[in-house]
Amino acid sequence: MRSLLKYAVLVIGALGFAYPFLWMIAGSLKPEMEIASLGLLSHNYSLHSYEQVVTKIPIGRALLNSILVSFATTVSVVLFGSMVGYALAKLRFIGRNSLYMLILFTMMIPFQITMIPQYILMVKLGWTDTYLSLIAPTMMSAFGIVLFRQFFMGVPQALIDAARIDGCTEWGILFKLIWPLSRPVVLTVGLLTFMTSWNEVLWPLMVVRERTLMTMPQIVTIFTIGGEAETQLGSLLAAATLLSLPVILAYAFFQRYFIESMASTGLKG
Amino acid sequence: MIGSRNITAFGRNDRSGLLFSLPYVIFFLTFVAYPLVFSFVLVFHRWNIVSPMEWIGLRNFERLFHDPLFVKAIGNTLMFLLIHIPLQIAVALMFSLLLNSRVGLRGFFRAIYFLPVVVSGVTVTILWQQLYSYDYGVLNALLQSFNLPPIPWIIDASWAMPSVAIMATWKNVGIYVVLFLVGLQNIPSELYEAASLDGASKVRQFVHITIPMLNPTISVVVVLSTIGGFSLFIEPYVLTGGGPMQSTLSAMLYIYNQAFYFGHMGYAATLGFVFALIIMTVVLVQRRLIERESV
Repeated sequence: MRSLLKYAVLVIGALGFAYPFLWMIAGSLKPEMEIASLGLLSHNYSLHSYEQVVTKIPIGRALLNSILVSFATTVSVVLFGSMVGYALAKLRFIGRNSLYMLILFTMMIPFQITMIPQYILMVKLGWTDTYLSLIAPTMMSAFGIVLFRQFFMGVPQALIDAARIDGCTEWGILFKLIWPLSRPVVLTVGLLTFMTSWNEVLWPLMVVRERTLMTMPQIVTIFTIGGEAETQLGSLLAAATLLSLPVILAYAFFQRYFIESMASTGLKG
Repeated sequence: MIGSRNITAFGRNDRSGLLFSLPYVIFFLTFVAYPLVFSFVLVFHRWNIVSPMEWIGLRNFERLFHDPLFVKAIGNTLMFLLIHIPLQIAVALMFSLLLNSRVGLRGFFRAIYFLPVVVSGVTVTILWQQLYSYDYGVLNALLQSFNLPPIPWIIDASWAMPSVAIMATWKNVGIYVVLFLVGLQNIPSELYEAASLDGASKVRQFVHITIPMLNPTISVVVVLSTIGGFSLFIEPYVLTGGGPMQSTLSAMLYIYNQAFYFGHMGYAATLGFVFALIIMTVVLVQRRLIERESV
């Protein structure tokens, strides 16, 4: 009896979290008249709402922009993050501890204080309305570096010493020896960065005005609040589906990595 | 021989270490240090980016302390946190306790509760805008099916911010379910066994063992939610545009409006500066209070 109650609460909870997304996808396929109903099924599924979105906003281009920006950011955060993380964990050099302190300090600075000066920097560099403004300020992450450093501390020193005696360069050690051992941390940092970058919307709203350069969340935001969706709920749901389906699919495949990485870091996405 | 090899190895280490760190140092100077220093300059100026900067001393700060919208944004954020934090802790605790007992499909439920965390805030807000609709929304339909009056979720100034807080809880609670689960699993089962032997009831065990042992996790939840509250942007921006009657104007939204609707870069930077100080102070105080509690 008690366990029945438990399951009831858990199932109601699961419905509460998942059903809105199912309703969104179903609604994006239903004709306008049927969306208001709570049910998912319809005899009149069509791609009409998607056609509406595609003709009203350059969403295909936005998809490409988002993929490009998120991909470039992720590669850069993982590449440079692992380099600095390796240096901090396994190499001795002047200023190593100060650098680590600096990185920890960076993590505590609220974005509120740097957002306006960072925007002005973009203006001064002439980077607004370019991909550079979307990618460059997030190319490295203090948080990523700290995660890499932590993981690399656990790599046995003997392994690295042996490779050095064999005449391996530090680059070789990092990319040929340590990287293959570090799949979990690479995946953790990579997934978190990709997700954060994909969902980022405040910064693109600040630095991009050109419609063809907008990212997915940005263009869907403009579409929603700018009145271009008019009163067509279907096209709004279609735009929201296009925005989130890639992340939902990635989540379906890497679900455990998403959850475990967030749990291990306590990071807010 | 050995000594000389060590020296060369160390020399190589030294150079590689600097080389590997160099990209970050450049990044730090450009995108962290420069903006920080520049924010100290901006707060003393009036500037719209187009015309030359004008030195105005402390006038930005004077203005800020007499700005009703600044006070409003702080009040709105407090209102948000007052609802969001307890609600989030309660809901996360409930689901994590249920999942921590022996139930099947644990991984499945955990994965579903976590789903909104990975989805864009824009999507979540578009969905909740429909749920909150006064005439057609599901929530009011549910209320009416129980013969309760409909609630003006996002069209009434006193309801709008609580509605944002409920939506934000729905989006983020999955993270905290997972964090609480980890916390619960770290509590040694001997504690409960000993308490049972002493005849302590389940409720007393919960109050005297579970809650104190979860204190570090609760501290994380409080701190992250507070930072999240002050960083609230896209939810009010899409859901209500900060209205009705500025009731959902958040700190971030106000900075954004000052900078990008009015072109007041100096004043926007001042707002950012003061909000950052407030965040750091609040988080520091919270940490102190919660850590003292756990001793």
